[in-house]
Amino acid sequence: MSSPGRRLGFGLAINEAFHQVMEEDPSVVLIGQGVKSPWYVGNTCNGLVARFGERRVYDTPVSENAVTGAAVGAALAGLRPVVVHPRMDFMLYAFDPIINEAANWRYMSGGAAHVPVVFWGIINRAGEQAAQHSQALHSVFAHVPGLKVVAPSTPRDAKGLMVAAIRDDDPVVFVDERWLYGGEEEVPTEVYGTPIGKAAIRREGTDVTLVAFSYLAPKALEAAAVLAKEGISAEVIDLRTLKPLDAATVVKSVSKTGRAVVCDVGWRTGGIGGEIAAQITEACWAGLKAAPVRVALPDLPAPASRSLEAAYYPGAAQVVAAAREVVARGRG
Amino acid sequence: MPLKVVHQAVTERLEILDKDGRADEALVPALPGEELVRLHKLMLRMRRFDEKALTLQRQGRMGTWGSLRGQEACQAGLAANLRREDWLAPSFREHGVMISAGVSMHQVYAIWRGDERGHLFPAEVHCLPVSVPVGSQLLHAVGVGMGLGLRGEKSAVAVGFAGDGASSEGDFHEALNFGGVFKARTLFFIQNNQWAISVPFRKQTAAATIAQRAHGYGLPGVQVDGNDVLAVYAATRKALDHVRAGHGPYLVECLTYRMENHTTADDHTRYRKAEEVAYWRERDPVDRMRRFLAARKLWDEAREAAYLEEVAAEVEGAVALLESTPKAPPTDIVDYMYARRPWFLEEQRAEIAGRVAP
Repeated sequence: MSSPGRRLGFGLAINEAFHQVMEEDPSVVLIGQGVKSPWYVGNTCNGLVARFGERRVYDTPVSENAVTGAAVGAALAGLRPVVVHPRMDFMLYAFDPIINEAANWRYMSGGAAHVPVVFWGIINRAGEQAAQHSQALHSVFAHVPGLKVVAPSTPRDAKGLMVAAIRDDDPVVFVDERWLYGGEEEVPTEVYGTPIGKAAIRREGTDVTLVAFSYLAPKALEAAAVLAKEGISAEVIDLRTLKPLDAATVVKSVSKTGRAVVCDVGWRTGGIGGEIAAQITEACWAGLKAAPVRVALPDLPAPASRSLEAAYYPGAAQVVAAAREVVARGRG
Repeated sequence: MPLKVVHQAVTERLEILDKDGRADEALVPALPGEELVRLHKLMLRMRRFDEKALTLQRQGRMGTWGSLRGQEACQAGLAANLRREDWLAPSFREHGVMISAGVSMHQVYAIWRGDERGHLFPAEVHCLPVSVPVGSQLLHAVGVGMGLGLRGEKSAVAVGFAGDGASSEGDFHEALNFGGVFKARTLFFIQNNQWAISVPFRKQTAAATIAQRAHGYGLPGVQVDGNDVLAVYAATRKALDHVRAGHGPYLVECLTYRMENHTTADDHTRYRKAEEVAYWRERDPVDRMRRFLAARKLWDEAREAAYLEEVAAEVEGAVALLESTPKAPPTDIVDYMYARRPWFLEEQRAEIAGRVAP
């Protein structure tokens, strides 16, 4: 079944997840704006309408709240909808069904109702897209009880986490970004779920732990390679899931290295990066050689012009600088 | 070029009973006597259920209560047309239709008394949890209706509930549009009780009716006298036939009147005139149907007294069940968050359990 060495890009890995899960489970439906248009969703939805028909793959009016609210209703009645929000910014129209309803209903109903929906939000950064087309809202969702939040950085995890998110009995916010769609790697051909709530150690090291996810995970790996040349051994953790956070893996690593750089693809203030730094501090205080340092977006909207974009988005260089700083500051 | 008419719509209103219970015989639904009596019984049962809750609230045995008094004809007229396989997406004043569709009385009381377990409805009842965000129910009902279509259902439909206040929410408009585009198996059931807490219908919209709005979304819509159970029954029957046949959504607007406060936390005398309330009291839906049935010799005082006694016993039984339900253990606040508890809730559960230990 599996064909070793078969490589897939990020988008086609998600596409394969849809084909396989929709084949195995007739209750899975895909709904959202532009599922037929590569302009919206790249190649993630290739062949789905032709294979499963317009009653399982809905191309919808511009009505984010309706798409999402209807999906929540359909889920309560036994379907497993995947809602695509091709631009995460416009998920803001759908906060009511996601936060007031999907997240709360199992709890409010004493466990009677459950809402197995995947809310898939795609972040589209850079390219002069500016403030209303670039927002990363993962931390907002991770703040809300009842939601799970995943943010893969590789094609293999994109497929596995999409499968796991669809099969999960609770609402899952699946966050990815266009910046990752260029990546390609070996992806197993069979259907598999990547466990939600499990981080991956991408590189082992002893001097500092780089905790990252989404587009900053590959940047952290780049940073680790640079740091290695300077004699700094960095361990790189790709969180993959933001809620429930795999704190155990992070704590174990930082207990070993004594230093942490936390990389958040969102705004600095109130972001998940701060939460991770707090958990590290609470759990590893005695063994910490320096306070954890955050790399995050400045507390500003995304700019439109390319020159400002270059100043706005942190990359490998910022991770390297933060790691150097935390190592230099170290108390031992 | 002369202007052409590209769309024209007429919005109709259906009334069968007049205020004194005299019927337009040509319009009376062709139902056997016992079915006509059943409509009345459904109303009596929900009214007694509602009155008891108000009493409990005054005695400090119920948190808050949103009374349905005055809206019994709307809910009974609909309930009589529902089938076992139909789905409900209720707002918070749908007790009447819920208990008529098989939700246990004590469960509705429990929800209002602040007990999550009230939502553990009997398995055969297809009723979503009571959703509080105004207008959200219509979108959920569209989703359920689309799902029923996907499953190839030929009978089952979803009913989404909303009031006049919800008609100003974006959800209302998105649901009508979306449901129409996808021909959802959905009935939009709007009880226009004319008061959204303290805001009267004339301040809610510049439109004369809610029913006419359906036409803007390419859907049929009708207004009925919501205090006339025969009219609600007939209009809803027609609407449900349309939805069941797969022709897409239908909107029924019941023009009715909220006789009580918005909830027990409200005081309607501060914003409504006594004369207005009196006007509607004269059009009480239960009184009108009672007179209609009495004139046909289908009902009399003795039968009403006997039935009310039966219902009172049922309601008292529900109260007894409600009040004898053991309190939920404090760890319940952790246990129903996710299908399986993640590690951080495992930790927080231990904290909570420790905090409340004797």
